[in-house]
Amino acid sequence: MGNKKRLVEIPSNTFLREEDLGKPPVLDVRNLGIDFGGLTAVDEFNITIGQTEIAGLIGPNGAGKTTIFNLLTGVYQPTRGCVLVKGVDIKGKSAAHVNRMGVARTFQNIRLFSQMSALDNVKVGMHHDIRCSFVSSMLHLPGFYKEEEKANEKAMQLLEFMGLSEVAEMPAGSLPYGIQRRLEIVRALATKPSVLLLDEPAAGMNPSETAELMEQIRRIRDTFHIAILLIEHDMNLVMGVCETIAVVNYGKIIAKGTPDQIQNNPDVIEAYLGKG
Amino acid sequence: MRKNLTRKHRSSNLKTFVLVTAAFIVMQLLSSMGMLKSSVKGQLIPICVYIVLAVSLNLVVGVSGELSLGHAGFMGVGAFTGVVVAASLRNMVGNDIVRLLIAMVCGGVMAGIAGGIIGIPVLRLQGDYLAIVTLAFGEILKNIIGNLYIGTDSSGLHFALDASNIHMEPAGKMILNGPMGTTGVEKIATFGVGFALIIFTLIVVLNLIHSKEGRAIMAIRDNRIAAESVGLNVFSFKIKAFVVSAFLAGTAGALYGLNYSAITASKFDFTTSINILVFVVLGGMGNIFGSVVSATLLYILPEMLRSLYDYRMIMYAIVLIVVMLFTWSPQAKNWIQLASNCGVMKRFLGQRKEAES
Repeated sequence: MGNKKRLVEIPSNTFLREEDLGKPPVLDVRNLGIDFGGLTAVDEFNITIGQTEIAGLIGPNGAGKTTIFNLLTGVYQPTRGCVLVKGVDIKGKSAAHVNRMGVARTFQNIRLFSQMSALDNVKVGMHHDIRCSFVSSMLHLPGFYKEEEKANEKAMQLLEFMGLSEVAEMPAGSLPYGIQRRLEIVRALATKPSVLLLDEPAAGMNPSETAELMEQIRRIRDTFHIAILLIEHDMNLVMGVCETIAVVNYGKIIAKGTPDQIQNNPDVIEAYLGKG
Repeated sequence: MRKNLTRKHRSSNLKTFVLVTAAFIVMQLLSSMGMLKSSVKGQLIPICVYIVLAVSLNLVVGVSGELSLGHAGFMGVGAFTGVVVAASLRNMVGNDIVRLLIAMVCGGVMAGIAGGIIGIPVLRLQGDYLAIVTLAFGEILKNIIGNLYIGTDSSGLHFALDASNIHMEPAGKMILNGPMGTTGVEKIATFGVGFALIIFTLIVVLNLIHSKEGRAIMAIRDNRIAAESVGLNVFSFKIKAFVVSAFLAGTAGALYGLNYSAITASKFDFTTSINILVFVVLGGMGNIFGSVVSATLLYILPEMLRSLYDYRMIMYAIVLIVVMLFTWSPQAKNWIQLASNCGVMKRFLGQRKEAES
């Protein structure tokens, strides 16, 4: 909670944490929009995320939140506007390329490599960190085992960080739901992102798991010094962990601000509850 | 923990290597003692070839998760490349084994190149579409080879797509004669080299599976979108698996081509591709050891059923169906469990287990 006090309002109608002032934003989205045929799914979407900010993206079902995530990660190409990751436009880049530029994500409907072990899932995330040529992969030349060992150690550290070291050798598809969600976060972290996008990380979790997740989200930011943008319907989690919140409805931002401001914003109340 | 993991991989890999080596030693001993019929001896090299083909196809179908129906095409490219290379090196390389190895490498490289050329457009497709297009490309490769005339004379190799255009010296010798295939090939393939090729294939494929490249390939199979989201370029890994698989099929093809004095392109058709796929599916998708066992057993089976004459292929088909039911259906598994408890089936099952292990 102490983090919230040090927010500073900046001219573009957003907030930055005090320690992120003067540093370039990790994610800068300008006038983003996408049309599917005649339908405008997202329009005039603007957001700036500082280097160590925890931001929330909320809105009623079908508001376009996941579409925005797909735009930010290069899955969709925008019709209008641009996404700058650490100052570089991601226009025309593949999802794989955008990930290597520093954007990692999890999915609303869990997408793990279900037949592979939890450890291997994390090691797939570390792919580009493992120094080993294709020929060495086939013939296991000297140096191969050293690199594998290094990767194993790092992957185990990451699993331990999220409390998953017990399940390292289990097939990912056989794990309980809540653990699968956390494993997805570990896999995303293994790609060494600058910004982590979480799509409904608490979906299907019970209150105690959600509380634990909140703690872990803060710990991820404080340990890796990265920004986190999350979509979530659990308002306890959003209000408890996010420092800034953007509310979207019908593909447009209807409010931006701190949790307190959002809770008292009449437009937001209307979007969620309807007109009184 | 890591050591446990590595050990687990190694012990399961070891099982495969030990079994293959043991089988090789037994066959080698039997044949040196003169206890093998010549008809059995003649099957040894084709069995090696089909094991390599099944394992390499498993890399595409089981590990990479793409249904490819054109594997025999790559085998054919390897076979005819191998035959041509071996024939043209006849005077330069005296040692048959060395010549065979060079021919196999060349066959593999040519098949790998064909795999790359085909893979680039084809691997952008998925599922049924990929299966249909690979089938078509397999047939195209077969037809190209079936219309190719290659001859050799004192001025070197001559290529033509028409017998009248080959322009060879009268003393020249035809190596590949269009639809009539190869003729008068020197049979330099040996069982030992076939065994070595199996070991090489197993090393490459098993190592690949337990490396970062293999993990990426399997990740793409399990969830393509998630694989992209962690920075993997899906296409590049698919093509890697496809080319390695085609290369291995090419080396096996070269061994096959040099095992017969005459061979025609029609051997490398759709039916052969499907047969290899049957080995892979029955052995288990992604299960390399399974591919080795099923390729061996299913290759021998039709030979053993020869005494049934016309009913041979019917029996073969029935055996396939029964094996499929018994390995996949849960009811059948329960039934076996029940029956084995009754004791009546115990002897039968005991034999079955021996055959499997």
